[in-house]
Amino acid sequence: MLREATNSIVENDDMNDTLVSSPVERGSISRAEVMGEICHHLAPFQIGEKPIAGSTVITKDLAIDSLAVMDMVMEIEDRFDVSIPMNVVAEIYTVDELADTVLKLRARR
Amino acid sequence: MGLLDRYAGLVSLYGEVRATGPDPFQIRMERVLSPTEAIINGKKTLLVGTNNYFGLTFDPSCMEAAIEAIRAEGTGTTGSRIANGSYTEHVALEEEIAAFYGKKHCMVFTTGYQANLGIISNLVGAEDFLLIDADSHASIYDACKQTQAEVVRFKHNDPASLDARLRRLGDKPGNRLVVLEGIYSMLGDSAPLKEFVEVCKKYKAYVLIDEAHSLGALGEHGRGLCEKEGVLDDCHFIVGTFSKTLGAIGGYCVSNDPDFDVLRVTTRSYMFTASLPPSIVASVRQALKVVIAHPELRTHLWDNVHTLYEGLKAKGFTLGPEHGPVVGVHLPDKMMAIGFWRAMLDAGVYVNVAIPPATPNGVSLLRCSVSAAHTKEQLDHMVEVMTGIARQMGVLPAAAPARAAGSAR
Repeated sequence: MLREATNSIVENDDMNDTLVSSPVERGSISRAEVMGEICHHLAPFQIGEKPIAGSTVITKDLAIDSLAVMDMVMEIEDRFDVSIPMNVVAEIYTVDELADTVLKLRARR
Repeated sequence: MGLLDRYAGLVSLYGEVRATGPDPFQIRMERVLSPTEAIINGKKTLLVGTNNYFGLTFDPSCMEAAIEAIRAEGTGTTGSRIANGSYTEHVALEEEIAAFYGKKHCMVFTTGYQANLGIISNLVGAEDFLLIDADSHASIYDACKQTQAEVVRFKHNDPASLDARLRRLGDKPGNRLVVLEGIYSMLGDSAPLKEFVEVCKKYKAYVLIDEAHSLGALGEHGRGLCEKEGVLDDCHFIVGTFSKTLGAIGGYCVSNDPDFDVLRVTTRSYMFTASLPPSIVASVRQALKVVIAHPELRTHLWDNVHTLYEGLKAKGFTLGPEHGPVVGVHLPDKMMAIGFWRAMLDAGVYVNVAIPPATPNGVSLLRCSVSAAHTKEQLDHMVEVMTGIARQMGVLPAAAPARAAGSAR
């Protein structure tokens, strides 16, 4: 019942907005765009000055718990109009892997 | 390295909680006196956190039924339905619950947790899709771990978010099952069920609704949110529990699916656990009769909900979004919630403390559940206690000093 991370207050009031920023439903997207969006959503969980990069291990290098990761993933899903199944999310460790997953699902559409 | 070493972080956090006073997760009820009172720490304590929505745990007719059943058939079944067979009363209970909903089939489980775990994980398989609300109960999340289906989460109580996820599945083959709850257990809010049902129809998705906290409380006959919203026929599977309004333990699922009974030989949480003992089956059957025969219990429950919710709101507390038998009171953080909970217990009022990760969006709550058995005086008293503690702890501003009669305005 206790959160693993000490930073337990998660600002997530925008849960009610289905589409937070304008979704990209058509056309191609760049990797940089996806990375930018992910970093934007992870910024509140950054520990100290260490910047968030592709190799950042999401649940280890950041003060974020698994529930907040799943909420963050929903924002990314709506931004790029893809759905990442829960079992796939469970196997994503780094920011790079999350970006690759989004691009792969996007390409499959 | 010890087996439990991986919990070191949790142990240290839990230690912090325990170092500051009594452990909110290991409360001891020394003696339960009634649906609304117990002896805790040697003191008579008002219970406002036991999910005992109709107060039936001490209903004389339910207690008598249980006692008679023990005398007639003993204390336990000592085995599962498939191995040791069903008692006549198991089957009668299933028929009565099916009839209550006007559905053809019912399966009874030993707990509500096992009902969700088994039913949800078995309704969908490989190549199928399971869509769950982000704030789903742990039993639903655990079903997701057991199923072969692909699981997708949508935003809490957001039909547009579900729509987007069903749309993205496109024309992929495979069934879609959407899981919703009548009343969510932490904040006490209800699903916008009509809108969800419309979305499900659009994409030909099946609907399963968990009415654990809404049985008895919602709908003209107490069937739950599906009845209140007039979509009972559109809910293909309804799951519920005997451990709240019906005052015992156990779970069920009803459905009109002609092949429903096959689940009795596929669902492991039904097949490989002992069936409900005769006393429980008897008290639940009687409790269902009470729910049907006494709609005034529902009226009384809602009067009490009004007293507590409006009482707390008027004092300035931040509450869950709507009136309901579960009233969640927001507090600024985890340690404040635990301290507040302890102060309430010292003052003789028991509620639940709910903190992350058991709560959505990292909120910390004191979770209250209202019973038809509460008196207005008990709930007014609770509002007073809570308000006093909130002022002491700075959660609410200090009261303006009362002015002497006749003083200048």
